[in-house]
Amino acid sequence: MIYFLLKGIWRDRSRSFFPILVTGMGVLLTVFLSGFMQGVFNDIIEQNARLETGHLKVMSRAYAELASQKPNDLALYEADSLLAHLRQEYPELIWTPRIRFGGLVDLANAQGETKAQGPANVTALDLSTPSLGEAQRLNLQKSLYKGRLPEQPQEVLMGEEFARRLGIELGQSFSLMGSTMEGSMSFRNYQLVGVIRFGVQAMDRSSLIMNLADAEDFLDMQDAAAEILGYFKSNSYSAERAKSIAAAFNEKQAKNPDEFAPIMFSLRAQNNLGQYVDYANNMSTLIIGIFVLAMSIVLWNMGLLGGLRRYKEFGIRLALGEAKGQIYTALCIESLLIGGLGSFWGTLVGLGLCYYLQLYGIDLDGALEQSNVMMPSVFRAKLTVELLYIGFIPGLLASLLGSMLAGLGIYQRSTANLFKELEA
Amino acid sequence: MKKILCSLVLSLFMMAPNWAQTASEIIAKMDENMNAKTQISRSQMVIHGRRGSRTVESRTYSEGSQKAYTEYLAPARERGTKMLKLGDRLWIYSPATDRSIQLSGHMLRQSVMGSDLSYKDMMEDRKLQEMYSLRLLGEEELQGQQVWVLELLAKVEGLSYPKRKIWVDQRYYVPLKEELYAKSGQLLKELTFSEVKAFGDRYYPTVTHYKDALKKGKGTDFILLELALDEAIPDHYFNKSVLKR
Repeated sequence: MIYFLLKGIWRDRSRSFFPILVTGMGVLLTVFLSGFMQGVFNDIIEQNARLETGHLKVMSRAYAELASQKPNDLALYEADSLLAHLRQEYPELIWTPRIRFGGLVDLANAQGETKAQGPANVTALDLSTPSLGEAQRLNLQKSLYKGRLPEQPQEVLMGEEFARRLGIELGQSFSLMGSTMEGSMSFRNYQLVGVIRFGVQAMDRSSLIMNLADAEDFLDMQDAAAEILGYFKSNSYSAERAKSIAAAFNEKQAKNPDEFAPIMFSLRAQNNLGQYVDYANNMSTLIIGIFVLAMSIVLWNMGLLGGLRRYKEFGIRLALGEAKGQIYTALCIESLLIGGLGSFWGTLVGLGLCYYLQLYGIDLDGALEQSNVMMPSVFRAKLTVELLYIGFIPGLLASLLGSMLAGLGIYQRSTANLFKELEA
Repeated sequence: MKKILCSLVLSLFMMAPNWAQTASEIIAKMDENMNAKTQISRSQMVIHGRRGSRTVESRTYSEGSQKAYTEYLAPARERGTKMLKLGDRLWIYSPATDRSIQLSGHMLRQSVMGSDLSYKDMMEDRKLQEMYSLRLLGEEELQGQQVWVLELLAKVEGLSYPKRKIWVDQRYYVPLKEELYAKSGQLLKELTFSEVKAFGDRYYPTVTHYKDALKKGKGTDFILLELALDEAIPDHYFNKSVLKR
């Protein structure tokens, strides 16, 4: 029967061309938009995890209250013992300390007078312990536009746009002014050994990357840490596990009245990332819902028009003694076949587009020039297994639903009218 | 009855000079008292943080309101750090880098040594009457003294504090309290002046408590240890070369 129906679909193009086209377009849009949104949201979340939030983060309670202000005066003391505890207690994660702070970069001319100046956002990472994988995590080697990574004390990396704006060359020294953990003024000279291009406007404009030991010296933060970040060794974020680890850790600290006691946050609990994840899921559901509804209405109408055109055919089949239910079933199977064909090409083309955007992305560099939000400047789609069915199943359902609604007319036909029609 | 009337008239007569003072006269007299031709002072800044307090000691040479040179004496981390203010420019010298850095833009809004004072607060040099329109709100008692309460509203653009309220001591024409507000009306800083002492024919509050209303903590105490007025200060103190000496 299926072979018979397929032959019918193939021979009578006017019956199948538009439904297949419409279903395919809908599926294509669903697959493409879902893949693109997944890609963009995943990139934003991963970017935040790598640069700011980790999969888990430990801060002091007081620091956490004002975390966006990077209040290093409220950082954790005795960080080494806390780190050792975390590494022992939660070995499935890589725990690494980070310090972020603001400062003023001052580049001098030959006379020692200020030649150029600019505010810097400094991120200090432990680059001297390769097992922590900080350089790989931040993709520093690949982001290196020119120069090399810091190897000696007081060697730093600078964002490409920042370096260009200051007019600083590799090997040149500059002064950095800031405040220590205690609030004292702090000044040091650093040498630029590499220029990086993160592809994140907010970072390329003002970022400075230095070794953790240099930052500890600059800020008087020996055995102190602003933030201790944890990354799953598997490299993939497990929301449930992260939540349970954070809950267990915080439970143990619950009775500690010290406002500088450590507190742990999962990725979802930071920077509104939980909302982002929920938003991405809700948007996908919404897109699919709208698609199924819209396609059903369109296919219903197409089914009605097709049904009218095939009115005579149905009449003859009924007159020849075919049961109404049989015709209805055949119509539904036919619609499933049409839906399947449309969904197949829609999914195929949608996946192709996603693959292309996963490889090359859409460069919105210019549009994000004034952006302070940490988001990638190249938006990429992401191919996932769920894209194989996220459009396909709704495509089938929409086609079936449309035909089922349209086909109800078959049951409304009475034998008397049928013979009148045939006589006419 | 006659006695009561007489004493009422007499007290009104005695109060008359105070009531007759306009807001601008009060501020002018306060400026006259507080601003000497030159000042050489040694002071301590006690910064009360959330984790404890620390004290920074400095010596300042100033001439008028445009020139000031500060040398930090203690603690060891700050010793040798110098600051020079010439008009609207501010340089900071650090012995660690042997560099003088000129601060500008948003850096001036940063806190000085983690205190409740910003560099911009330190830079403020124009007379209040030039920047604000003044209004006398009334009188009240503060720290056991009769004070005038004045409201100052900005009449020029770009001020850090578009609105202020000042409580001025009626005896010595010194401020005893000041509130600094944002344009929105939000209180930004609160200053309390105390321990007014005589220095020659002038009076100065020797302890000032600064409290940044947007910061947690107990604020910053600025304690004047020594003050010499109208002494000659050599010109080289107000030259950039003084920073590297």
